[in-house]
Amino acid sequence: MSKQHIKFTVNGEEKDVLAEPRELLIHTLREQLNVTGPHIGCETSHCGACTVDIDGKSVKACTLFAIQANGTEITTVEGIGSPDDLHPLQKAFREHHGLQCGYCTPGMITRAYRLLQENPSPTEEEVRFGMAGNLCRCTGYQNIVKSILAAADEMNGVKEAAE
Amino acid sequence: MSSFEYHRPTSVADAVAALGGGDEATVVAGGMTLLPTIKQRLADPSDLVDLSGVGEMKGISEEGGAIVIGAMTTHGEVASNPVVQAKIPALASLAGNIGDPQVRNRGTIGGSVANNDPAACYPAGLMAMNATVHTNKRAIPVDDFFTGMFETALEEGELVTKVSVPVPDKAAYIKFPQPASRYALVGVAVAQTGGAARVAVTGAGQDGVFRVADAEAALSGSFSPDALDGVSVDADGLNSDLHGSAAYRASLVMTLAKRAVAAANG
Repeated sequence: MSKQHIKFTVNGEEKDVLAEPRELLIHTLREQLNVTGPHIGCETSHCGACTVDIDGKSVKACTLFAIQANGTEITTVEGIGSPDDLHPLQKAFREHHGLQCGYCTPGMITRAYRLLQENPSPTEEEVRFGMAGNLCRCTGYQNIVKSILAAADEMNGVKEAAE
Repeated sequence: MSSFEYHRPTSVADAVAALGGGDEATVVAGGMTLLPTIKQRLADPSDLVDLSGVGEMKGISEEGGAIVIGAMTTHGEVASNPVVQAKIPALASLAGNIGDPQVRNRGTIGGSVANNDPAACYPAGLMAMNATVHTNKRAIPVDDFFTGMFETALEEGELVTKVSVPVPDKAAYIKFPQPASRYALVGVAVAQTGGAARVAVTGAGQDGVFRVADAEAALSGSFSPDALDGVSVDADGLNSDLHGSAAYRASLVMTLAKRAVAAANG
Protein backbone atom coordinates (compact mmCIF):
# COMPACT_ATOMS: atom_id res chain seq x y z
CA MET A 1 0.00 0.00 0.00
CA SER A 2 1.22 3.45 -0.76
CA LYS A 3 2.36 5.80 1.94
CA GLN A 4 -0.31 7.40 4.04
CA HIS A 5 -0.43 10.77 5.76
CA ILE A 6 -0.31 10.25 9.50
CA LYS A 7 -0.77 13.10 11.96
CA PHE A 8 -0.04 13.04 15.64
CA THR A 9 1.62 15.20 18.22
CA VAL A 10 4.96 14.21 19.65
CA ASN A 11 5.95 15.96 22.86
CA GLY A 12 3.49 18.74 22.09
CA GLU A 13 4.60 19.34 18.49
CA GLU A 14 2.26 18.51 15.64
CA LYS A 15 3.78 16.08 13.18
CA ASP A 16 2.60 15.05 9.73
CA VAL A 17 4.49 12.10 8.34
CA LEU A 18 4.21 9.83 5.35
CA ALA A 19 4.51 6.16 6.12
CA GLU A 20 3.42 2.84 4.74
CA PRO A 21 0.85 1.13 6.99
CA ARG A 22 3.41 -1.55 7.81
CA GLU A 23 5.80 0.96 9.41
CA LEU A 24 6.02 0.49 13.16
CA LEU A 25 5.59 3.58 15.33
CA ILE A 26 9.04 3.12 16.86
CA HIS A 27 10.62 3.33 13.40
CA THR A 28 8.63 6.44 12.48
CA LEU A 29 9.69 8.12 15.71
CA ARG A 30 13.34 7.21 15.47
CA GLU A 31 14.02 7.30 11.75
CA GLN A 32 11.61 9.89 10.37
CA LEU A 33 11.30 12.24 13.31
CA ASN A 34 14.70 11.71 14.91
CA VAL A 35 13.05 11.12 18.27
CA THR A 36 15.61 8.58 19.41
CA GLY A 37 14.80 8.49 23.11
CA PRO A 38 12.58 5.42 22.78
CA HIS A 39 14.92 2.53 22.08
CA ILE A 40 14.53 -0.69 20.17
CA GLY A 41 15.51 -3.48 22.53
CA CYS A 42 13.82 -6.68 21.45
CA GLU A 43 11.23 -5.46 18.93
CA THR A 44 9.04 -8.35 20.12
CA SER A 45 6.98 -6.49 22.77
CA HIS A 46 8.84 -8.04 25.65
CA CYS A 47 11.41 -5.54 26.89
CA GLY A 48 9.66 -2.17 27.03
CA ALA A 49 12.68 -0.11 25.93
CA CYS A 50 10.42 1.46 23.27
CA THR A 51 7.73 2.49 25.75
CA VAL A 52 6.00 5.75 24.88
CA ASP A 53 2.93 7.44 26.29
CA ILE A 54 -0.05 7.58 23.92
CA ASP A 55 -3.10 9.57 25.04
CA GLY A 56 -2.08 8.99 28.64
CA LYS A 57 -1.37 5.28 28.42
CA SER A 58 1.95 3.44 28.35
CA VAL A 59 2.38 1.56 25.08
CA LYS A 60 5.22 -0.35 23.46
CA ALA A 61 5.92 1.53 20.25
CA CYS A 62 7.35 -1.58 18.58
CA THR A 63 3.97 -3.30 18.70
CA LEU A 64 1.90 -0.61 17.07
CA PHE A 65 1.87 0.52 13.46
CA ALA A 66 2.40 4.26 13.19
CA ILE A 67 -0.91 4.55 11.36
CA GLN A 68 -2.66 3.10 14.42
CA ALA A 69 -1.43 6.15 16.35
CA ASN A 70 -3.03 8.57 13.88
CA GLY A 71 -4.63 11.46 15.75
CA THR A 72 -3.07 10.69 19.10
CA GLU A 73 -0.84 12.60 21.50
CA ILE A 74 2.49 10.91 22.03
CA THR A 75 4.97 11.66 24.78
CA THR A 76 8.47 10.21 24.81
CA VAL A 77 11.27 10.56 27.33
CA GLU A 78 12.30 13.74 25.50
CA GLY A 79 8.99 15.29 26.57
CA ILE A 80 9.35 14.37 30.22
CA GLY A 81 12.47 16.37 31.03
CA SER A 82 15.52 17.97 29.45
CA PRO A 83 19.21 18.05 30.43
CA ASP A 84 18.67 21.55 31.80
CA ASP A 85 15.45 20.69 33.56
CA LEU A 86 15.43 17.07 34.64
CA HIS A 87 12.21 15.47 35.77
CA PRO A 88 12.31 14.21 39.39
CA LEU A 89 12.41 10.67 37.99
CA GLN A 90 15.47 11.47 35.91
CA LYS A 91 17.17 13.07 38.91
CA ALA A 92 16.29 10.08 41.06
CA PHE A 93 17.62 7.56 38.52
CA ARG A 94 20.93 9.47 38.51
CA GLU A 95 20.99 9.89 42.28
CA HIS A 96 20.17 6.26 43.09
CA HIS A 97 22.08 4.55 40.29
CA GLY A 98 18.87 3.45 38.61
CA LEU A 99 20.81 2.59 35.50
CA GLN A 100 24.03 1.00 34.44
CA CYS A 101 24.26 0.81 30.65
CA GLY A 102 21.21 3.03 30.29
CA TYR A 103 19.67 1.29 27.31
CA CYS A 104 16.39 0.48 29.05
CA THR A 105 16.24 3.81 30.87
CA PRO A 106 14.10 5.86 28.44
CA GLY A 107 11.44 3.18 28.57
CA MET A 108 11.79 2.89 32.35
CA ILE A 109 11.40 6.65 32.83
CA THR A 110 8.48 6.91 30.43
CA ARG A 111 6.63 4.02 32.03
CA ALA A 112 7.44 5.21 35.56
CA TYR A 113 6.22 8.70 34.63
CA ARG A 114 2.79 7.26 33.78
CA LEU A 115 2.82 4.91 36.77
CA LEU A 116 3.25 7.88 39.11
CA GLN A 117 0.42 9.72 37.35
CA GLU A 118 -1.82 6.69 37.90
CA ASN A 119 -0.63 6.05 41.43
CA PRO A 120 1.30 8.97 42.97
CA SER A 121 2.27 7.08 46.15
CA PRO A 122 2.93 3.47 45.15
CA THR A 123 4.26 0.79 47.45
CA GLU A 124 7.41 -1.08 46.43
CA GLU A 125 5.23 -3.99 45.34
CA GLU A 126 3.05 -1.71 43.23
CA VAL A 127 6.13 -0.25 41.57
CA ARG A 128 7.42 -3.73 40.71
CA PHE A 129 4.00 -4.77 39.36
CA GLY A 130 3.58 -1.53 37.44
CA MET A 131 7.04 -1.80 35.89
CA ALA A 132 6.65 -5.45 34.91
CA GLY A 133 6.64 -4.62 31.21
CA ASN A 134 10.12 -3.09 31.32
CA LEU A 135 13.19 -5.28 31.43
CA CYS A 136 16.67 -4.31 32.60
CA ARG A 137 19.54 -6.72 32.12
CA CYS A 138 22.05 -4.81 34.27
CA THR A 139 20.68 -3.66 37.56
CA GLY A 140 18.57 -6.39 39.07
CA TYR A 141 15.87 -3.72 39.46
CA GLN A 142 16.69 -2.82 43.07
CA ASN A 143 17.93 0.65 42.23
CA ILE A 144 15.27 1.23 39.59
CA VAL A 145 12.57 0.60 42.19
CA LYS A 146 14.44 2.73 44.71
CA SER A 147 14.68 5.56 42.17
CA ILE A 148 10.98 5.50 41.37
CA LEU A 149 10.02 5.47 45.04
CA ALA A 150 12.41 8.36 45.70
CA ALA A 151 10.96 10.31 42.78
CA ALA A 152 7.45 9.72 44.11
CA ASP A 153 8.50 11.05 47.50
CA GLU A 154 10.08 14.09 45.94
CA MET A 155 7.09 14.79 43.71
CA ASN A 156 4.71 14.44 46.64
CA GLY A 157 6.93 16.62 48.79
CA VAL A 158 7.02 19.30 46.14
CA LYS A 159 3.25 19.17 45.90
CA GLU A 160 2.84 19.47 49.65
CA ALA A 161 5.26 22.39 49.79
CA ALA A 162 3.35 24.15 47.01
CA GLU A 163 0.11 23.77 48.92
CA MET B 1 7.00 -7.71 6.78
CA SER B 2 4.99 -7.53 3.61
CA SER B 3 2.96 -4.54 2.58
CA PHE B 4 -0.76 -4.46 3.26
CA GLU B 5 -3.79 -2.21 2.82
CA TYR B 6 -5.02 -0.51 5.99
CA HIS B 7 -8.67 0.11 6.81
CA ARG B 8 -10.18 1.79 9.83
CA PRO B 9 -13.94 1.33 9.65
CA THR B 10 -16.27 2.97 12.15
CA SER B 11 -19.05 0.36 12.19
CA VAL B 12 -19.29 -3.41 12.40
CA ALA B 13 -20.97 -3.50 8.99
CA ASP B 14 -18.13 -1.56 7.39
CA ALA B 15 -15.57 -3.77 9.13
CA VAL B 16 -17.20 -6.91 7.75
CA ALA B 17 -17.31 -5.33 4.28
CA ALA B 18 -13.62 -4.43 4.48
CA LEU B 19 -12.81 -7.97 5.60
CA GLY B 20 -14.46 -9.32 2.49
CA GLY B 21 -12.36 -7.10 0.25
CA GLY B 22 -8.97 -8.79 0.38
CA ASP B 23 -7.67 -12.32 -0.18
CA GLU B 24 -5.97 -12.47 3.18
CA ALA B 25 -7.76 -9.72 5.04
CA THR B 26 -7.55 -9.89 8.81
CA VAL B 27 -8.78 -7.78 11.68
CA VAL B 28 -6.54 -6.16 14.24
CA ALA B 29 -7.99 -5.49 17.67
CA GLY B 30 -5.22 -4.63 20.13
CA GLY B 31 -2.59 -6.32 18.00
CA MET B 32 -0.71 -7.82 20.94
CA THR B 33 -0.66 -11.22 19.26
CA LEU B 34 -1.17 -10.22 15.64
CA LEU B 35 1.73 -7.79 15.31
CA PRO B 36 4.34 -10.23 16.65
CA THR B 37 2.80 -12.86 14.38
CA ILE B 38 3.09 -10.59 11.34
CA LYS B 39 6.68 -9.72 12.26
CA GLN B 40 7.53 -13.40 12.34
CA ARG B 41 5.80 -13.80 8.97
CA LEU B 42 3.46 -16.35 10.46
CA ALA B 43 0.72 -14.04 9.24
CA ASP B 44 0.91 -12.12 5.97
CA PRO B 45 -2.30 -10.14 5.63
CA SER B 46 -3.27 -8.46 2.37
CA ASP B 47 -5.51 -6.10 4.30
CA LEU B 48 -5.54 -5.04 7.91
CA VAL B 49 -8.93 -3.99 9.24
CA ASP B 50 -8.36 -1.97 12.42
CA LEU B 51 -11.38 -2.21 14.72
CA SER B 52 -10.26 0.61 17.04
CA GLY B 53 -12.67 3.07 15.42
CA VAL B 54 -15.76 0.90 15.86
CA GLY B 55 -17.56 2.60 18.73
CA GLU B 56 -20.29 -0.04 19.00
CA MET B 57 -17.63 -2.60 20.01
CA LYS B 58 -16.49 -0.62 23.05
CA GLY B 59 -17.72 -0.17 26.57
CA ILE B 60 -19.00 -2.07 29.58
CA SER B 61 -22.59 -2.24 30.81
CA GLU B 62 -24.76 -4.28 33.14
CA GLU B 63 -27.73 -5.91 31.47
CA GLY B 64 -30.13 -8.28 33.24
CA GLY B 65 -27.73 -9.95 35.65
CA ALA B 66 -24.82 -10.03 33.23
CA ILE B 67 -21.86 -7.80 32.55
CA VAL B 68 -21.62 -7.05 28.84
CA ILE B 69 -18.18 -6.08 27.59
CA GLY B 70 -17.57 -4.72 24.12
CA ALA B 71 -15.03 -6.69 22.12
CA MET B 72 -12.64 -3.75 21.79
CA THR B 73 -12.51 -3.13 25.54
CA THR B 74 -8.93 -3.42 26.74
CA HIS B 75 -7.75 -5.59 29.61
CA GLY B 76 -6.81 -2.42 31.48
CA GLU B 77 -10.33 -1.04 31.05
CA VAL B 78 -11.92 -4.27 32.32
CA ALA B 79 -9.52 -4.38 35.27
CA SER B 80 -10.25 -0.81 36.34
CA ASN B 81 -13.97 -0.71 35.58
CA PRO B 82 -16.01 -0.06 38.77
CA VAL B 83 -18.96 -2.21 37.62
CA VAL B 84 -16.75 -5.21 36.87
CA GLN B 85 -14.85 -4.70 40.12
CA ALA B 86 -18.11 -4.63 42.08
CA LYS B 87 -20.00 -7.42 40.30
CA ILE B 88 -17.30 -9.84 39.15
CA PRO B 89 -14.08 -8.98 40.97
CA ALA B 90 -12.55 -12.24 39.72
CA LEU B 91 -12.86 -11.00 36.16
CA ALA B 92 -11.33 -7.62 37.00
CA SER B 93 -8.46 -9.42 38.69
CA LEU B 94 -8.01 -11.80 35.76
CA ALA B 95 -7.82 -8.90 33.30
CA GLY B 96 -5.52 -6.93 35.58
CA ASN B 97 -2.95 -9.71 35.63
CA ILE B 98 -2.70 -10.39 31.89
CA GLY B 99 0.74 -9.63 30.48
CA ASP B 100 2.08 -6.30 31.66
CA PRO B 101 0.68 -2.75 31.88
CA GLN B 102 1.60 -1.83 28.30
CA VAL B 103 -0.01 -5.01 26.96
CA ARG B 104 -3.14 -4.41 29.04
CA ASN B 105 -3.44 -0.93 27.52
CA ARG B 106 -3.72 -2.41 24.01
CA GLY B 107 -4.93 -6.01 24.27
CA THR B 108 -8.70 -6.55 24.11
CA ILE B 109 -11.18 -9.13 25.34
CA GLY B 110 -12.48 -9.68 21.81
CA GLY B 111 -9.01 -10.24 20.46
CA SER B 112 -8.19 -12.66 23.25
CA VAL B 113 -11.26 -14.84 22.78
CA ALA B 114 -11.05 -14.80 18.98
CA ASN B 115 -7.41 -15.83 19.16
CA ASN B 116 -8.05 -18.55 21.79
CA ASP B 117 -4.42 -18.90 22.75
CA PRO B 118 -4.10 -22.16 24.70
CA ALA B 119 -2.37 -20.30 27.54
CA ALA B 120 -4.53 -17.17 27.58
CA CYS B 121 -6.41 -16.20 30.75
CA TYR B 122 -9.76 -15.04 29.36
CA PRO B 123 -10.86 -18.37 27.85
CA ALA B 124 -10.64 -20.09 31.26
CA GLY B 125 -12.36 -17.27 33.13
CA LEU B 126 -15.15 -16.92 30.60
CA MET B 127 -15.69 -20.67 30.37
CA ALA B 128 -15.97 -21.01 34.14
CA MET B 129 -18.41 -18.10 34.25
CA ASN B 130 -20.50 -19.58 31.42
CA ALA B 131 -20.21 -16.48 29.24
CA THR B 132 -21.78 -15.96 25.85
CA VAL B 133 -19.77 -14.66 22.91
CA HIS B 134 -21.77 -12.37 20.66
CA THR B 135 -20.81 -11.90 17.03
CA ASN B 136 -22.23 -9.89 14.17
CA LYS B 137 -24.26 -13.02 13.28
CA ARG B 138 -25.26 -14.85 16.45
CA ALA B 139 -24.76 -15.53 20.16
CA ILE B 140 -22.47 -18.47 20.91
CA PRO B 141 -22.34 -20.15 24.36
CA VAL B 142 -18.74 -20.26 25.48
CA ASP B 143 -18.74 -24.08 25.64
CA ASP B 144 -19.37 -24.10 21.89
CA PHE B 145 -17.12 -21.18 21.07
CA PHE B 146 -13.67 -22.48 22.05
CA THR B 147 -13.13 -25.48 19.80
CA GLY B 148 -9.38 -26.18 19.98
CA MET B 149 -5.92 -24.68 20.11
CA PHE B 150 -6.24 -21.25 18.42
CA GLU B 151 -9.57 -22.54 17.07
CA THR B 152 -13.02 -21.07 17.64
CA ALA B 153 -16.50 -21.42 16.20
CA LEU B 154 -16.04 -18.13 14.30
CA GLU B 155 -16.74 -18.41 10.59
CA GLU B 156 -15.39 -16.35 7.71
CA GLY B 157 -16.55 -12.78 8.03
CA GLU B 158 -17.75 -13.28 11.58
CA LEU B 159 -16.54 -10.84 14.23
CA VAL B 160 -16.79 -10.96 18.00
CA THR B 161 -18.72 -7.85 18.96
CA LYS B 162 -19.19 -8.32 22.70
CA VAL B 163 -18.96 -10.83 25.50
CA SER B 164 -21.75 -11.28 28.02
CA VAL B 165 -20.72 -12.64 31.41
CA PRO B 166 -23.46 -13.74 33.85
CA VAL B 167 -22.62 -12.50 37.34
CA PRO B 168 -21.66 -15.59 39.36
CA ASP B 169 -22.35 -16.00 43.06
CA LYS B 170 -18.65 -16.67 43.60
CA ALA B 171 -15.66 -16.90 41.28
CA ALA B 172 -11.89 -16.78 41.22
CA TYR B 173 -9.10 -17.26 38.75
CA ILE B 174 -5.62 -18.26 39.83
CA LYS B 175 -2.74 -18.61 37.42
CA PHE B 176 0.73 -19.96 37.76
CA PRO B 177 2.46 -17.61 35.36
CA GLN B 178 5.34 -18.66 33.19
CA PRO B 179 7.68 -16.01 34.58
CA ALA B 180 9.11 -14.76 31.29
CA SER B 181 5.96 -14.53 29.21
CA ARG B 182 3.42 -14.17 32.04
CA TYR B 183 1.15 -16.46 30.09
CA ALA B 184 -0.42 -19.13 32.26
CA LEU B 185 1.75 -22.22 32.65
CA VAL B 186 -1.53 -23.36 34.15
CA GLY B 187 -4.49 -21.20 35.10
CA VAL B 188 -7.68 -22.38 36.75
CA ALA B 189 -10.97 -20.51 36.99
CA VAL B 190 -13.83 -21.61 39.23
CA ALA B 191 -17.30 -20.16 39.47
CA GLN B 192 -20.40 -21.03 41.43
CA THR B 193 -23.84 -19.92 40.33
CA GLY B 194 -27.01 -21.15 42.01
CA GLY B 195 -25.22 -24.11 43.59
CA ALA B 196 -23.69 -25.33 40.32
CA ALA B 197 -19.92 -25.10 39.95
CA ARG B 198 -17.83 -24.78 36.81
CA VAL B 199 -14.09 -25.29 36.59
CA ALA B 200 -12.06 -24.31 33.51
CA VAL B 201 -8.35 -24.73 32.86
CA THR B 202 -5.99 -22.86 30.56
CA GLY B 203 -2.31 -23.45 29.79
CA ALA B 204 -2.49 -27.18 30.28
CA GLY B 205 -4.60 -28.71 27.53
CA GLN B 206 -3.28 -29.65 24.12
CA ASP B 207 -6.62 -28.56 22.69
CA GLY B 208 -6.70 -25.35 24.68
CA VAL B 209 -9.12 -24.46 27.45
CA PHE B 210 -11.13 -27.29 28.99
CA ARG B 211 -13.54 -28.00 31.84
CA VAL B 212 -12.97 -30.54 34.60
CA ALA B 213 -16.20 -32.50 35.03
CA ASP B 214 -15.13 -34.42 38.14
CA ALA B 215 -14.08 -31.24 39.91
CA GLU B 216 -17.34 -29.56 38.95
CA ALA B 217 -19.36 -32.47 40.31
CA ALA B 218 -17.43 -32.44 43.58
CA LEU B 219 -17.76 -28.67 43.98
CA SER B 220 -21.44 -28.68 43.10
CA GLY B 221 -21.90 -30.88 46.18
CA SER B 222 -19.69 -28.80 48.44
CA PHE B 223 -17.97 -25.64 47.20
CA SER B 224 -14.87 -26.04 49.34
CA PRO B 225 -11.21 -26.87 48.66
CA ASP B 226 -11.57 -30.13 50.61
CA ALA B 227 -14.24 -31.32 48.20
CA LEU B 228 -11.49 -31.63 45.60
CA ASP B 229 -9.48 -34.12 47.66
CA GLY B 230 -9.20 -37.27 45.59
CA VAL B 231 -10.16 -35.53 42.34
CA SER B 232 -7.43 -35.62 39.71
CA VAL B 233 -6.98 -34.86 36.04
CA ASP B 234 -5.31 -37.25 33.62
CA ALA B 235 -1.88 -36.10 32.47
CA ASP B 236 -2.57 -37.68 29.09
CA GLY B 237 -3.52 -34.93 26.71
CA LEU B 238 -1.83 -32.20 28.71
CA ASN B 239 1.03 -30.09 27.41
CA SER B 240 4.57 -31.08 28.22
CA ASP B 241 7.48 -28.75 27.55
CA LEU B 242 10.63 -27.39 29.11
CA HIS B 243 8.57 -25.30 31.52
CA GLY B 244 6.69 -28.25 32.95
CA SER B 245 5.83 -31.86 32.29
CA ALA B 246 2.29 -33.05 31.70
CA ALA B 247 2.29 -34.68 35.14
CA TYR B 248 3.42 -31.42 36.73
CA ARG B 249 0.67 -29.53 34.94
CA ALA B 250 -1.90 -32.12 36.03
CA SER B 251 -0.79 -31.61 39.61
CA LEU B 252 -0.91 -27.83 39.21
CA VAL B 253 -4.47 -27.98 37.90
CA MET B 254 -5.79 -29.47 41.13
CA THR B 255 -3.55 -27.36 43.38
CA LEU B 256 -4.68 -24.17 41.67
CA ALA B 257 -8.30 -25.33 41.62
CA LYS B 258 -8.23 -25.68 45.40
CA ARG B 259 -6.62 -22.27 45.78
CA ALA B 260 -9.18 -20.77 43.43
CA VAL B 261 -12.07 -22.23 45.45
CA ALA B 262 -10.51 -20.89 48.64
CA ALA B 263 -10.10 -17.47 47.00
CA ALA B 264 -13.67 -17.52 45.69
CA ASN B 265 -14.94 -18.29 49.19
CA GLY B 266 -12.93 -15.28 50.39
